[in-house]
Amino acid sequence: MVRLYKTDNMQKTRIIKDKTAQAVMFALTLISILMVVVMFVGLYLKSAPVLEERSLWRLLTSSEWRPMKGEFGFLPFIASTLWVTFVAILIALPISLLTAVFLTEYAKSYVKKFVFPALDILAALPSVIYGVWGVLVIVPWISKHVAPYFMDFSTGYTVLAAGIVLGVMVIPILVSLFIEVFSSVSMELRESSLALGATRWQTTKKVLFRRTYPGIIAATVLAISRAMGETIAVLMVCGCVIGIPNNFLDPCYPIPALIANNYGEMLSMPMYEAALMFAALILFFVVLVFNLISRIVLYRLEKRLGS
Amino acid sequence: MIEVKELNVHIKGNHILKNVNVTLPEKQITCIIGPSGCGKSTLLRTLNRLIDTTEGVKLEGKVLVNGQDILSSDADVTDLRRKIGLVSQRPCPLPMSIFDNVAYGCRINKMFNKRRQLVYQVQKNLKAVGLYDEIRGRIRTPAARLSIGQQQRLCLARSLAVEPDYILADEATSALDPISAKTVEDLFVSLKEQYSIIMVTHTLRQALRIADHVVFMYLGEIIEQGPAEQVFHNPKEELTQKYLAGAFS
Ligand SMILES: Nc1ncnc2c1ncn2[C@@H]1O[C@H](COP(=O)(O)OP(=O)(O)OP(=O)(O)O)[C@@H](O)[C@H]1O
Ligand SMILES: [Mg+2]
Repeated sequence: MVRLYKTDNMQKTRIIKDKTAQAVMFALTLISILMVVVMFVGLYLKSAPVLEERSLWRLLTSSEWRPMKGEFGFLPFIASTLWVTFVAILIALPISLLTAVFLTEYAKSYVKKFVFPALDILAALPSVIYGVWGVLVIVPWISKHVAPYFMDFSTGYTVLAAGIVLGVMVIPILVSLFIEVFSSVSMELRESSLALGATRWQTTKKVLFRRTYPGIIAATVLAISRAMGETIAVLMVCGCVIGIPNNFLDPCYPIPALIANNYGEMLSMPMYEAALMFAALILFFVVLVFNLISRIVLYRLEKRLGS
Repeated sequence: MIEVKELNVHIKGNHILKNVNVTLPEKQITCIIGPSGCGKSTLLRTLNRLIDTTEGVKLEGKVLVNGQDILSSDADVTDLRRKIGLVSQRPCPLPMSIFDNVAYGCRINKMFNKRRQLVYQVQKNLKAVGLYDEIRGRIRTPAARLSIGQQQRLCLARSLAVEPDYILADEATSALDPISAKTVEDLFVSLKEQYSIIMVTHTLRQALRIADHVVFMYLGEIIEQGPAEQVFHNPKEELTQKYLAGAFS
């Protein structure tokens, strides 16, 4: 019994290694969290000039955008970001969900063998390629075949175009995430439902979704965060017209596009630079708050359902 | 009555069940015995076509349930599964409350119009498995919080609630402690008045206690079948004698 507590040399090295590894990993975790904090503080400091000049409320709710006169109203950009993200998720969510259900619940294994690598390739395509596809295909299509039903003329560079391009970009990521989520459910659970006379679709709705909705929500939040920050592809098809979009056929100007378009050009004007930094801060904040809210919602739901 | 005729099952090119011919009588307990890996679970899963979910499976032959071939392509699989319930080896409650677990099958199959009838059905079957008093007051709590033995009985109640004709039980007591196992075992005996029960078991003593009819399998083949009395006390085949003597398994 005594021998059990005696640590010989080998035992000691093992423990030291373990402790060191733990310390290193902890330090690395700390650094990555610290980076985020540093970025946040940096953005805040850089945007201080514009925050001193104008009230926060005014910056967020005004639609006046006259950099030359020092007027910076961010509402059009915020609204555009939300619009585009909303349309993108509206398109991507149902398609991705059903695709993932098909692949995990219905498809034969040889179908999966073809589709999985294809999804990975799609997810890895550079976003500029999606942008080009948007400009060459989606924008003209909207201009010729969609807009005429609603208005006299549209260039096609619209909320809808940006939403479609963004949605299509997000689909492969979302499908992969959903497949991961659904694969975590045991075959036995599905079979318990099937054995009671349920169809596969009933099993999907009542057992699979019910079991995995936290994962579904988490994956969707990840996709939305990704969509909010996407720049190049959206920039190419959104129209870049400043104004609050009233419908999905209006042009728009999301925050990332604003920053990418103007950063570097206008740095001679200190106030403009501060404004762009503030735009980044807004984006940062929106994504953060959004993630936080979803965490809270998930936590509440899980607690209530006790799973 | 279930009659299995010339059934051959291949999984990914492996011949799992070979020329299986079995007759499973009604309102009796049939025990399927045999060493591990001989295809008992596969046979059970074929009887309610749950085998369909297995990747790369090929079925040949006939399985006649009340004279109808359930392996034919026009068989109504969901209806078949309602009529032939399966209780699996490990209990697997659905991710919902105890009540909803039992009500699930009834709702899926639209068995009742009135909520009162549904509640009655759920209570009746929870009582049948001796769970009703144990879980009184927390019938709305998640089923996952029950103990394993309670979960297994819940799964049985869930199967009974859809009013099947047959109950297939795959080593339904193997995950349970002796006392819960005895409860479930007694339950099966009391159920045979109304249901035809086909159970796989690894405990020969259990089979001895409750079987009316016995099927002995070995390496995917049926070696012997018949009334329990005859198979246990007067086996015709040498393999059966050896198995019963504990020579292998
Ligand atoms: N999905 C599958 N893929 C490949 N082989 C399988 C599959 N399912 C079963 N088998 C094979 O079929 C044979 C019979 O399996 P089965 O599960 O029916 O045995 P069993 O008699 O129930 O055994 P046990 O008593 O251990 O549960 C085994 O050799 C097994 O390896
Ligand atoms: Mg088995």
